Amino acid sequence: MAKASRPRLAVWKFASCDGCQLSLLDCEDELLAVADAIDIAYFMEATRGRISGRYDLSLVEGSITTPHDAERIRDIRRISDVVITIGACATSGGIQALRNFADVREYTSIVYARPDYISTLATSTAIADHIRVEFELRGCPINKRQLLEVVSAYLAGRKPVTPAHSVCVECKLRGTVCVMVAHGTPCLGPVTHAGCGALCPSYNRGCYGCFGPMETPNAPALSQHLAELGMEDRAIARLYSTFNADAEPFREERERHGP
Amino acid sequence: MDTGREQAVLTVDGVDALFAALRDQGYRVVGPTLRDQAIVYDDISGAADLPRGWTDEQDGGHYRLTRRDDDALFGYVVGPHSWKQFLHPPRQRLWSARREDGGTEVTAEVTPPGRFAFIGVRACELNAIAIQDRVFLGGPFADPHYQARREDAFFVAVNCGQAGGTCFCASMKTGPKVEAGFDLALTEILDDGGSRFLVEIGSDAGRDVLVSLPKTAATEQDRSVASEIVARTTRSMGREMPDGDIRELLLANLEHSRWDDVAERCLTCGNCTMVCPTCFCTTVEDASDLAGVETSRERRWDSCFTMDFSYIHGGSVRTSARSRYRQWMTHKLATWIDQFGSSGCVGCGRCITWCPVGIDITEEVRAIRGGG
Repeated sequence: MAKASRPRLAVWKFASCDGCQLSLLDCEDELLAVADAIDIAYFMEATRGRISGRYDLSLVEGSITTPHDAERIRDIRRISDVVITIGACATSGGIQALRNFADVREYTSIVYARPDYISTLATSTAIADHIRVEFELRGCPINKRQLLEVVSAYLAGRKPVTPAHSVCVECKLRGTVCVMVAHGTPCLGPVTHAGCGALCPSYNRGCYGCFGPMETPNAPALSQHLAELGMEDRAIARLYSTFNADAEPFREERERHGP
Repeated sequence: MDTGREQAVLTVDGVDALFAALRDQGYRVVGPTLRDQAIVYDDISGAADLPRGWTDEQDGGHYRLTRRDDDALFGYVVGPHSWKQFLHPPRQRLWSARREDGGTEVTAEVTPPGRFAFIGVRACELNAIAIQDRVFLGGPFADPHYQARREDAFFVAVNCGQAGGTCFCASMKTGPKVEAGFDLALTEILDDGGSRFLVEIGSDAGRDVLVSLPKTAATEQDRSVASEIVARTTRSMGREMPDGDIRELLLANLEHSRWDDVAERCLTCGNCTMVCPTCFCTTVEDASDLAGVETSRERRWDSCFTMDFSYIHGGSVRTSARSRYRQWMTHKLATWIDQFGSSGCVGCGRCITWCPVGIDITEEVRAIRGGG
């Protein structure tokens, strides 16, 4: 593909830990192929660059937590043909969305010596709550194979293969023994969106729900089973209060068991 | 047990020699072995790799390994895996294509012969394989990948010496006695002297392998003890499918309130379909590289519990858990009969054990039938 015809890519950061952007650098073996196929025009984690002109594809990491960011994301939408949000922060508000259930002024007064310097919103929200997005890639962090798939699909003009079924399907595809049935280990796999390749159960850990709710989660039924395994309400509420705490099905389940 | 077939008796060393003989004949020997606190199916190098002295405790949504008080080699029932992992693997590339100067070269994927020797295959599982044979090979178009893996497979079956907590093959008439589709069938006889195996010959290939093995003649007593073992297993099934015409029952009750009830409990996670030894549905996934030069198409296990499964232009047809559970169960137990001439259920109990919340297909049928 001629260099001149390469689509221009920008990678934007909002409230986040940078881990999802790093997944792009993590591609290592494929990074040169990415750079061959696409013009990485703005990516602060990797290159110095200036914002100028339009971008064919914008990857957006992070959530909206300040009035300034709420403005900035609109500007990015205006200069981008396609916006793809990457990671739990961008798709559900991230771990910092725990503030949505608390008094943010109280938080700032505890954390900062001069809270009056802090200009922040009361909530941490997903990018799609502010602008139209073409595609949301789940995960905390995102899976680099899935990121490559999304970029490849964008370049080929096809729909990316990122199934929204449960993590259980991924466990079964790789032949992993169910940690909940065989070991009694609490696991969010049945209500969690696939994408990680069932990483934790393959190390005999229960799923932490990093990819957020699957397409049709039945969290109340899972919680009832977790209670039968001996989990108390508080522990069940905490299980849903992580990287996707404000994703609706997880938030509702948290509230059902929380204080 | 007198089946009219030739029989002999093997020791544990004889079973070990059997595995070695199969390997010498070029088979890939796959059987039950311990991994991650479960009995899974994987490559085994000898009888030492079998879960000797272990058994499994099973119930709805519950599986635990426990020690037996003997050294039985096959003293457990079926686990999380089934043989479809090998005959109908989770992922199968179908073809790949490469853009060359001015054209595209398409390469169809060719699956080499599997040459599997499956060890410890139970009656329910042989019935499940017979069902998948009808699905993949029975129609006008045989699936070449399944065919390649299936065609030279060698089956060392085992008559179950005990039934599991979720087993119901007796009521499905698919076990526990192996009837057909095996090369050799073992019944493990345990007494003070340890294990010995009454071996029954089911094919010429079975006879050929057995010839070279150290063995003794089967006595009348061996036969009657083996018969009693299978009879005892039949009597101790953990579950039972209600009798009567289940096809008629389900199709006459498509709007039964029990479907709403099960939908409350169902996670729509798809585990039941993944562990089912007869569920065969797949989807296809296309991949393309960044440079736009190479592409490939892969077939992967899918489940009627996913939204994509029933996606047609404009959306999914079966959006509710009720409609998806009903689709799965009515296909398995009713419309499967119209489609393939038999029930799609072999009573192995995997869907009950490996459902995270323990939904029990026999209990759901019973509830729809009414009368407890």
